[in-house]
Amino acid sequence: MKKFGSLKAWLYLLPAILFLGVFMVYPLFDVFVYSFEEGYNSASQTYFGTGMYNYSYVLHDPYFLQAVKNTFILVIITVPLSTGLALLISVGLTAIRPLRNLFQTIYFLPYVTNTLAVGLVFMILFKKTAYSDGLVNLLINLFGGKSVDFIDGPYWAKMFVLCFYTVWVVLPFKILILTSALSSVNQEYYNAARVDGTSSFRIFRRITLPMISPMIFYLVITGFIGAFKAYSDAVALFGTNLNAAEMNTIVGYVYDMLYGDSGGYPSYASAAAIILFAIVLTITSINLLANKRRQVSIL
Amino acid sequence: MKVVLQNLTKKFPGRERKNRTEVVAVNDFSFEIPDGKLIGLLGPSGCGKSTTLNLISGLLKPTGGRIFFGEDDVTDLPPENRGIGLVFQNYALYPHLTVKQNILFPLQNLKGKDKLSKAEMLEKAKEAARLVQIEELMERKPGELSGGQQQRVAIARALVKMPRVLLLDEPLSNLDARLRLQTREEIRRIQKETGITTIFVTHDQEEAMSISDMIVVMKEGIVQQIGKPQEVYDNPANLFVAKFLGTPPINVFNGQIRNNKLYIGGDAVLDVKISGNREVYAGIRPEGFLLREDGPFMCELSGIEVMGRDISVLSSNKASVNPTVRAIIGTENNINIEKLSARFALAPHKVFLFDKETERKIEPNGQEG
Repeated sequence: MKKFGSLKAWLYLLPAILFLGVFMVYPLFDVFVYSFEEGYNSASQTYFGTGMYNYSYVLHDPYFLQAVKNTFILVIITVPLSTGLALLISVGLTAIRPLRNLFQTIYFLPYVTNTLAVGLVFMILFKKTAYSDGLVNLLINLFGGKSVDFIDGPYWAKMFVLCFYTVWVVLPFKILILTSALSSVNQEYYNAARVDGTSSFRIFRRITLPMISPMIFYLVITGFIGAFKAYSDAVALFGTNLNAAEMNTIVGYVYDMLYGDSGGYPSYASAAAIILFAIVLTITSINLLANKRRQVSIL
Repeated sequence: MKVVLQNLTKKFPGRERKNRTEVVAVNDFSFEIPDGKLIGLLGPSGCGKSTTLNLISGLLKPTGGRIFFGEDDVTDLPPENRGIGLVFQNYALYPHLTVKQNILFPLQNLKGKDKLSKAEMLEKAKEAARLVQIEELMERKPGELSGGQQQRVAIARALVKMPRVLLLDEPLSNLDARLRLQTREEIRRIQKETGITTIFVTHDQEEAMSISDMIVVMKEGIVQQIGKPQEVYDNPANLFVAKFLGTPPINVFNGQIRNNKLYIGGDAVLDVKISGNREVYAGIRPEGFLLREDGPFMCELSGIEVMGRDISVLSSNKASVNPTVRAIIGTENNINIEKLSARFALAPHKVFLFDKETERKIEPNGQEG
């Protein structure tokens, strides 16, 4: 009877296992194999030999190193910044009563807007041409600064736009999650704290934060993963030739290796993809470990 | 610390779109709570008892009236400056902090000259824990405690600052029956030991009667009666109070007064000192029925419940407001259950008469109470 029960469980799991296996596990495994096959050609299904050469090539490719650098800067700046900002805005939103719905809608708009359309708007905002300046440059001029070309100009300016854009795009989802987390904290805890004369800063630090910490943690992890996989944002701002703009990301590099001007190198693309996978896996594991230790420490 | 409520009123604005009339949660409540007493605020849900507690705690602002702790007018003070301890219905213990951290929490908020050293805080926390007997649980998280233990922690947290007034919101409602009995004695003991004026809210009349020095019965925001539990039970001001107090509840009949006699369903059942002829509600406590073979009050027997200590005689009567009349008879004089018939004499002090219109108690001299 018990055996039949477990058989039935497997039967129910079969559709999910089948789909995950065919569309997730098998491709992942395949990419792993390609990454060791030198000069793999998907049309003729041939390769010269096997070994670590693909990795060696990718790791010595200045474009790849640039992409890794860009991606890491993006992750390190945008994840803490967007999470912190989202927390600040969510706390503000829960504190106000009038017009809360209006503000919630406004903050949520970027989430339902197309990436490329938003990218276009950002380009117009930040542009600088021989004939006209974008709004941001007009503002800089107003305060006595000199116009900066954010789209085709210096590296730091372009990186600033990319980070700004990324933070702006990921904020709505985080605000949505955090406002619902905040509103799910039982009002009685706040009443209890008020009766005891707790300062609002202490309430936030000792009650609110610990209570919504699982959600913050969730946002940090998904934020890291999402930022490591960034690509379309850079394309929306700087066009498809990201290598020339020095604004490529790891995923962008993989795409270029497969389909870009320099395309047709599935082996290099696979190696780069596996490296990205390893990075994300490492960072997520560290995150999980840190969270576990944190939970143990508050126990 | 005595607590004085003066014409305390709280109105909430109407919520519904069509009906914006205000809801009066507490209506003109005046009462002086003597120092060091345990007071039970009692009433059905929605009667305004929790609102009253929240007004005293300062979590709600009154629409009208004043609140004094001793001589201090605290009406406009925020909760943290009133010197109260509040125990919430669901305890509201911080789940991510240990019992010790929970109890320390209020002390760590103290600033300026009230600020305590770490050792002093720990000493106070231990003292509070000792009072409610949870010293061995200090390192546990609330989630690892039983309901009764959580309750004790919540009381310890409320007491650690030695509040002037202790407020408990439905302190026993989340406990099972056995624990409830134990905990209410515990609350009584803690209150006696500390001597802190304590006000607690409950919808359970037994709970209120058993441990309170005084009870306040409320209905729809209006205080119905204030007094010592036994006094209120023996002398209810109106039909509502009579019905609300006592388990099993009082039996209510339609009756008439004629020629100084109380008639129920055509039978003259009791001599009363009330002149004039009038329609009344007659409330008879279950223990007010005395089995007599020649008793004047006849009902139709419908069943007997044996409880051990006493038996319940269930019967019906056309004049009864409720479908069943329940009489409780002691078992000391060997009643023959088989031959029992539902004929009763009535104990006069267990029979209350209420005006049909006002539902107020009619006093023997003919005046309404």
